Amino acid sequence: MADTRSITVTVNGQPYTRTVETRLTLADFLRHELGLTGTHLGCEHGVCGACTVLVEGRTARSCLMLAVQAAGKSIVTVEGIAPSETELHPLQQAFQDNHGLQCGFCTPGMLTTLLEFLGDNPDPTEAEVREAISGNLCRCTGYQGIVDAALDAAKRMRK
Amino acid sequence: MGAKLLGARVKRMEDPALLTGRGQYVDDLKLSGMLHAAFVRSPFAHARIRKLDATRARVLPGVRAVITVADLPADLRARRIPMLVPNPAIKQPWTQLPLADDEACYAGEPVAVVVADSRYLAEDAASLLDIDYEPLPAACDCRDALKPGAPVAHAGSPDNVGAKFTVQYGNVDAAFAGAAHVVRRSLWCHRGGSHSMEGRGVVARYDAMDDRLTLWSATQSPHIIRRNLTELLGLDEEQVRVIAPPDVGGGFGPKTIFYSEEAIVGLAARRLGRPVKWIEDRREHFLSATQERDQYWDVEIALDAGGKIRGVRGSMIHDTGAFLPWGIISPYISATTVPGPYVVPNFKLEVTVALTNKVATTPVRGAGRPQAVFAMERLMDAAARETGIDAAELRARNLIPTDQMPYKVGLVFRDGKPVVYDSGDYPKCQQIALTHGKYDSFAERQRTARAQGRYLGIGIGNYVEGTGLGPFEGATVRIGPSGKIFVFTGGAPQGQGHQTTLAQLCADKFGVGIEDVQVVTGDTGKIANGVGTFASRIAVNAGSSVHLASLAVRQKALKVASHILEAAEEDLDIEGGRIVVRGVPNMSLGLAEVAKAVAGMPGFALPGGIEPGLEATEYFSPPQSAYCNGSHCVEVEVDIETGHVQILNYAVAHDCGTLINPLVVDGQVQGAVAHGVGNALFEWMKYDADAQPVTTNLAEYLLPTAPESPRIVLEHVISPSPLNPIGVKGAGEGGTIPAAAAIIAAVENALSPFGIEISDAPITPARIVELIAAARTPKQ
Amino acid sequence: MKPPPFRYHDPRTLAETIDLLARLENAKLLAGGQSLMPMLNFRYAQPDNVIDLGRVEDLAYIREEGSGLRIGAMTRQRDIEFSDLVRKRCPLMADAIRFVGHRQTRNRGTIGGSLSHLDPAAELPLVCATVDATVHVAGKKGERAIPMAKFPQGYMTPAIEADEMVIAVSVPASGPGYGFVEFARRHGDFAIVAAAATLEIANGTVKRASIALGGVGPAPVRCADAEKLLAGQKPTPDALRAAAETCRKIDAMEDVHAPASYRQHLATVMTRRALEAAVKNAGA
Repeated sequence: MADTRSITVTVNGQPYTRTVETRLTLADFLRHELGLTGTHLGCEHGVCGACTVLVEGRTARSCLMLAVQAAGKSIVTVEGIAPSETELHPLQQAFQDNHGLQCGFCTPGMLTTLLEFLGDNPDPTEAEVREAISGNLCRCTGYQGIVDAALDAAKRMRK
Repeated sequence: MGAKLLGARVKRMEDPALLTGRGQYVDDLKLSGMLHAAFVRSPFAHARIRKLDATRARVLPGVRAVITVADLPADLRARRIPMLVPNPAIKQPWTQLPLADDEACYAGEPVAVVVADSRYLAEDAASLLDIDYEPLPAACDCRDALKPGAPVAHAGSPDNVGAKFTVQYGNVDAAFAGAAHVVRRSLWCHRGGSHSMEGRGVVARYDAMDDRLTLWSATQSPHIIRRNLTELLGLDEEQVRVIAPPDVGGGFGPKTIFYSEEAIVGLAARRLGRPVKWIEDRREHFLSATQERDQYWDVEIALDAGGKIRGVRGSMIHDTGAFLPWGIISPYISATTVPGPYVVPNFKLEVTVALTNKVATTPVRGAGRPQAVFAMERLMDAAARETGIDAAELRARNLIPTDQMPYKVGLVFRDGKPVVYDSGDYPKCQQIALTHGKYDSFAERQRTARAQGRYLGIGIGNYVEGTGLGPFEGATVRIGPSGKIFVFTGGAPQGQGHQTTLAQLCADKFGVGIEDVQVVTGDTGKIANGVGTFASRIAVNAGSSVHLASLAVRQKALKVASHILEAAEEDLDIEGGRIVVRGVPNMSLGLAEVAKAVAGMPGFALPGGIEPGLEATEYFSPPQSAYCNGSHCVEVEVDIETGHVQILNYAVAHDCGTLINPLVVDGQVQGAVAHGVGNALFEWMKYDADAQPVTTNLAEYLLPTAPESPRIVLEHVISPSPLNPIGVKGAGEGGTIPAAAAIIAAVENALSPFGIEISDAPITPARIVELIAAARTPKQ
Repeated sequence: MKPPPFRYHDPRTLAETIDLLARLENAKLLAGGQSLMPMLNFRYAQPDNVIDLGRVEDLAYIREEGSGLRIGAMTRQRDIEFSDLVRKRCPLMADAIRFVGHRQTRNRGTIGGSLSHLDPAAELPLVCATVDATVHVAGKKGERAIPMAKFPQGYMTPAIEADEMVIAVSVPASGPGYGFVEFARRHGDFAIVAAAATLEIANGTVKRASIALGGVGPAPVRCADAEKLLAGQKPTPDALRAAAETCRKIDAMEDVHAPASYRQHLATVMTRRALEAAVKNAGA
């Protein structure tokens, strides 16, 4: 008999109530239960960072959380970053302008991580940006475009 | 017609969807009634499979099927996956069975599959299979595997010699006899896995009404997948459609070949009548996705008194793993890459490909070339020390000068054609890299640093890379009655931005923006023939096809319009998607109207005897490979107490001919260099003495992260290729190819006071400390 | 890589938690999840019961305790990182915490989890060993205090009973003479070798030295010989070097990342660098 719980989780401002197996990871809950497939699974052991989401404003690896741990909490995923259907957040725009993504698989985790980072450190050095994303693996870009995007976004967001 | 978009730093069309989490990767596919698969894999590198009992697994609630080799149709059970590129040099052409039968030959080889309501349940059931494995002696180290009496990778086989071949030209023995200088090195070069952030994945759906199996696979080669599926499952082409999803999270090589998982998931979907999804997890990627691995080189170089190369010869052992799914492509490319951009008048390399009980090796970004460049550049540095000639100067003396281009090397490449470097300015590239690498002032920097107890080093790596591999990658350009321009091609992307770059090539012909061109890739249902995205071949092949097909459609549109507008073709232009009569602005025709005109009105002949449809298909076929080249110059600091290597400066001169989109090319080079940093300093896929993989997660196998990846200083040189209409050459791998060579050369240079030679790639801090300790007292 | 099935419990009080621990078979405590969840995903751990500490009241706090600190087990590493109190009273811990994993892992990871997991290369156990912290543990039989020196029983095995759990750690105050250095392959990786040192320097001589190494042996190891050598000495470069050299003979582990001899070599280098940092910070 599967161990289940009924949980209510707010994701990108919207509450969702579901009954889930207690072993379901938050990542799988978001992707398959809620159909928010923007959060990606690259390793399922907490190293690659592709699954990073914001839990109560703080980044967390959603592959290392159970969905039931998110009950009553507020989550922001990559789908919730843009201010509207037609506009991109300055960070997202900076990624496009600076070629900060290629295959796009690591990108959601990069965005949530940088969103938190730039909130804490609005005027970072390049070294600080690299350290901030040191827990996010990218195999396509060599990070340079991502770093440029972060520095560019920081400038735009400071205006 | 202006070529506004060709060469423009156009922002990518792919990005808005990817940035807002609306990508469509294979695991994002959700089909009604979909089931989930988990593979059961051999835990042993080599074992007899004595007994397999799936009873406990089958009765677990939620399990819909367990398929073992006994459950396969008889003809599939014994059918090995066709080798992608056979070669007569292959003595034992082992390829994999769809499921291991009575022998598992690498840890991770698929033995059975569980299909259940969820992946969670499938994994629960997978652990309930009762399998009796009888471990067998395993072939591990590829050198040991070739020794007499070594355990054989495949029980009953005579030995572990997978293939043997020699690549040569000229007369090396004469070249070495009487040479003023001969330098010899024994080298180990290891590369690892692709570790694209998205692993492999398959969703298969069988539609009984159409009798059609549709397979979505995160593959680089949908047409290759389809070919293999039809053969293995006994179907015809109309019964199988393979689609690479619109978004694939990286490839880098291993997603090119056909895997048994694709056949088994396809079979399961047909058998169960419900869609089946299998998503590779990271551990499976470590175990069962192909990779590159060890090569051992024993090579020597002969030079005359002035430092000119007389010849290079030696031998190399390549670890192919238990199977040769792609034949001997990697070691063959290695062998033919050695001479590189240098005049090497005589050459001979004997290659032995060893079978071992590990997952097969097939190309990973660079495809055997990084190893060859490592070998050649280590020889050049050793020769520089031996002759007392500066490392850059020695190279400059031997680089093929521009007046010898096109340059015939004397070898035959993987495409069966002679290696002829079509264009390139090798001396200029080296000079540019040295300039950005601040090579001339380095000696002073190094001296100053040493006085402070710091160890700086500088290294150079040059390469030539055959790109644009044929035979073709076609494109259909079609404008329908809606006026929208469609481009269909087999060249599926995994991050290279084909939607944008191929649109750029097309849009210019019609005076529109890229947003008016829709590129549809990687679907066997949309274009009949295709090869795939690998070997840095798409810009040349698909790019040229798009260019030519677009031109053909443009020509046809003009011809039709000239009939309709009653104007001469020479008086017509296409601007903003409309055909206009020059100087008569109110006489124009939209592309939609032209398309409608050739769509056919019952009973009316088409104007001017034209064929129906505003479309054209071109399968550009290159006469031979287009050779790109580059030079890297790297400066490092080595902490001699810890062995830590810090990259201080990384300069790249890169020549891939015409740049379709410099933004995209820059990104390819930057990303490729990061792979090279991984190869030089971090990535090591380790096995124990029983060929059991030891590094099976991303905490044990290290990929470079942002702090370890350098900011590269990149300058492009543009030597267009005369071999295709747009003058492009491939750009995806060049950044990786000389990187490990240049970085390790720099490390060795930093440690020169200790007289240390570095013959390994990767080089780890522990090894650096060990080498320093073993060295004699520091000498000036 | 999906977790195996288990029964999930999320108690609200410590008493409930202790009760569950005592009652349930094959139970694992879920704190920050940064160590347990990978083990579940890999199915290296297959507990029948998972007890989530995330909603237990009063387990997360940073309080003054005498001149030192008392930190609740469920205090997130992130909160330690940004705590003025920790920075003031145990600057060694404030310094060391930035080496612990990455931002995402520190947001969730806890000090109690780190201590209970006891990875040989973990920074927080190393700091606790250096400053002679006391680990507070609670079970059915009540609470008890275990000096950090006695806390590791063996490789990744704390000296606690199956029905006990870490509830807090008392960290004595330590002064400005601190140094923490770590060698890892990449930023945020587990240390190959980490060294922590606190020095009390008065009138130019070392009154007391506390030196410990992580990543070398199965648990943090105090460098007693180095400490003895330095006591009463002037902290000259030669003295520091001599003290650090005694660490070479500490038994070292071998794994995919490094052979034993390299760890022993690094032990001397890192110890010396930690001592140099401590001397510099003491003077500052």
